[in-house]
Amino acid sequence: MHIKEEAAERHTLSIVVDNEAGILARIAGMFTARGYNISSLTVADITEDHKVSRITIVTYGPPEVIDQIIAQLDRLVPVHRVTDLTDLGPYVERELALVKVAGTGDHRIEALRLAEVYRARVVDSTIASFVFEVTGNPDKIDKFCELMREVGLVEVARTGVAAIARGREAA
Amino acid sequence: MASEKSGADILVQALTDLGVEVVFGYPGGAVLPIYDAIFKQKKIRHVLVRQEGGAAHAAEGYARSTGKPGVVLVTSGPGATNVITGLADALLDSIPIVVITGQVPTHLIGTDAFQEADTVGITRHCTKHNYLVKDPAQLGAVVHEAFHIATSGRPGPVVIDLPKDVQIASASYTAPTAPLQHKTYRPQVKPEPTLIETAVEMLAAAERPILYTGGGIINAGPQASEALRTLQKLTGAPVTSTLMGLGAFPASDGAWLGMLGMHGTYEANMAMNKADLIVCLGARFDDRVTGRLDAFSPESRKIHVDIDRSSINKNVRVDLPIVGDVGQAMADMIAVWNARGHQRVNQTEWWARIDGWRARKSLAFPSSDHEIMPQHAIRRLWELSRHRDPIITTEVGQHQMWAAQHFHFERPNRWLTSGGLGTMGYGLPAAIGAQLGAPERLVIDIAGEASILMNIQEMSTATQYRLPVKIFILNNQYMGMVRQWQELTYSSRYSESYSEALPDFVKLAEAYGWTGLRIEKPDDLDDGIARMLDTNGPVMVDCRVAQLANCFPMIPSGAAHTDMILHSEEVTGEASDEAKALV
Repeated sequence: MHIKEEAAERHTLSIVVDNEAGILARIAGMFTARGYNISSLTVADITEDHKVSRITIVTYGPPEVIDQIIAQLDRLVPVHRVTDLTDLGPYVERELALVKVAGTGDHRIEALRLAEVYRARVVDSTIASFVFEVTGNPDKIDKFCELMREVGLVEVARTGVAAIARGREAA
Repeated sequence: MASEKSGADILVQALTDLGVEVVFGYPGGAVLPIYDAIFKQKKIRHVLVRQEGGAAHAAEGYARSTGKPGVVLVTSGPGATNVITGLADALLDSIPIVVITGQVPTHLIGTDAFQEADTVGITRHCTKHNYLVKDPAQLGAVVHEAFHIATSGRPGPVVIDLPKDVQIASASYTAPTAPLQHKTYRPQVKPEPTLIETAVEMLAAAERPILYTGGGIINAGPQASEALRTLQKLTGAPVTSTLMGLGAFPASDGAWLGMLGMHGTYEANMAMNKADLIVCLGARFDDRVTGRLDAFSPESRKIHVDIDRSSINKNVRVDLPIVGDVGQAMADMIAVWNARGHQRVNQTEWWARIDGWRARKSLAFPSSDHEIMPQHAIRRLWELSRHRDPIITTEVGQHQMWAAQHFHFERPNRWLTSGGLGTMGYGLPAAIGAQLGAPERLVIDIAGEASILMNIQEMSTATQYRLPVKIFILNNQYMGMVRQWQELTYSSRYSESYSEALPDFVKLAEAYGWTGLRIEKPDDLDDGIARMLDTNGPVMVDCRVAQLANCFPMIPSGAAHTDMILHSEEVTGEASDEAKALV
């Protein structure tokens, strides 16, 4: 007997929650308990009084699983609302990465040239290394890191995705 | 400003304000201040169990039979971890209980202090919600909110973890005067009217409808069971129910098909399979009910009424999802049906088919004059006790399914069984809780000899509080359901399912101050049951039954409703790997 896997689609969920102790464990724990995927998770408070946070989760699953994830999130007591940005319409997704590259000579020049193409800023440098700050959608950052691998990539730190709906209305 | 009280006093005052009459608990270091506060008051009765797990199930039994939330008080660490099974049980069966756990003082949290456990962390996945209260000024509001969450929407267990220093520290407390309006938690009670109208149109047009009911109707209160009866009379549809919903519709009614699912009746499962409209009322398309999903009721349109949106489209895609209180939804359907002057569709053909399925007599069992058939024992227990309208609890296994099949219920809140989690050891503490909620009623735990040993210590609780609960053990000296599955799927390789070294249950009963009875022969069955029923105090009956009886009908794991096994002869010895992999 073999275990079957189902085709999955990518969805970005925006979850507005009470900023209380244990909230992140409650949300993330629901995903692990029910066998759902988290490919990226970001969280920070978003109101002046620091009482409300937005959690952005990128997840994968068949459409009926995505529906179930939203319903399960929605019934957690401290959750204000859950929005499926992927379903809702156009939205903006951004991620920030810090990328450390070490090298000399041609590699160093090539790294700087590529950084310019990707509008990455140099935020630290030594004679033999750079740290670049690059912002964009996850695909762009993937691509940048892939190129840097050719010219001396040392390590990467990524923030995960923050996302918001386009247009004037709050989602 | 109100005068200040200790956290322990605030807790007790808030529980009193919420109308709590009974708390099931067990003291320990981290709850001593609360126990002292309980000692100094008279309004709340504390019932001392023998193990914290018993307290959780007792609270569940109390909640299910009375409709009021059950309350538990235990200490930190092992006190809290012992209630976990009860929490998971209450979560799966949607039972409102509030569990207060002691915790080490706030400054010791995280230091691996004596009897410290991460209670909110451990219970996060087996509660509807939980709290760690670090500020005594918040405690009163948290207690009121906890009860609101436990009892509203889809009910469930809520934990309040209370560090010892918070129990000692003082703050002011005033009882809330207005009903609680939670800032994020707002369960949808009132169903969408247009959906109700569509549902009524579908019901009025259906030629082969069936009402598939569940525990949600019991949770929605007695008026929901009344509404179900009215809805059935208006539509003429047959009614089946899950294990959890038994009693919502009277078993004596001609429209009753019996329980559906794995050990449900042939007529209930066939009617589900052939229906053109399924109205699911407060049930959740559980795997015990649906059998093989791709073969589940292929010809029907489906309406699902549930107060929990996440239950809808979880296992089975439905055509009309309705989120709301099931009692309210049925009342609305009745109003629309009447307002529009709908008449029943002619269902003569449908009922003729149902009668054909009924004629298979799927609950028939072989008779014996030298050994007691367990099904017969349950039937006689029902026939001899039904005039007293008993509350029945069960443990988990064959005896539970036989009780569901052969003990019949006319009213809700009489049938307390662990459905979702399937917790052996549930029945005795649940019976204790039910008896405390209804001291004058007849409460019987139908048990198996293996399950009853899992919380046997609670006999002592019944003795202490003079609770006249009855335990009727169907003793076949096997973990019967395990043995049955081993017979059906593992060629009778009975791995570890024999109940070796059983106690003498009559002597055990006497040791606890109970009356112990043994029934060994079919001819003695009626007398034994009568003696149990006529004895005033608690009684344990060791009823020796046929050892190798199997519970039929049965839909094997991974099979369709149409592939029911009705008799032992239809069974092959070894199941496929696919079937073995299913629960």
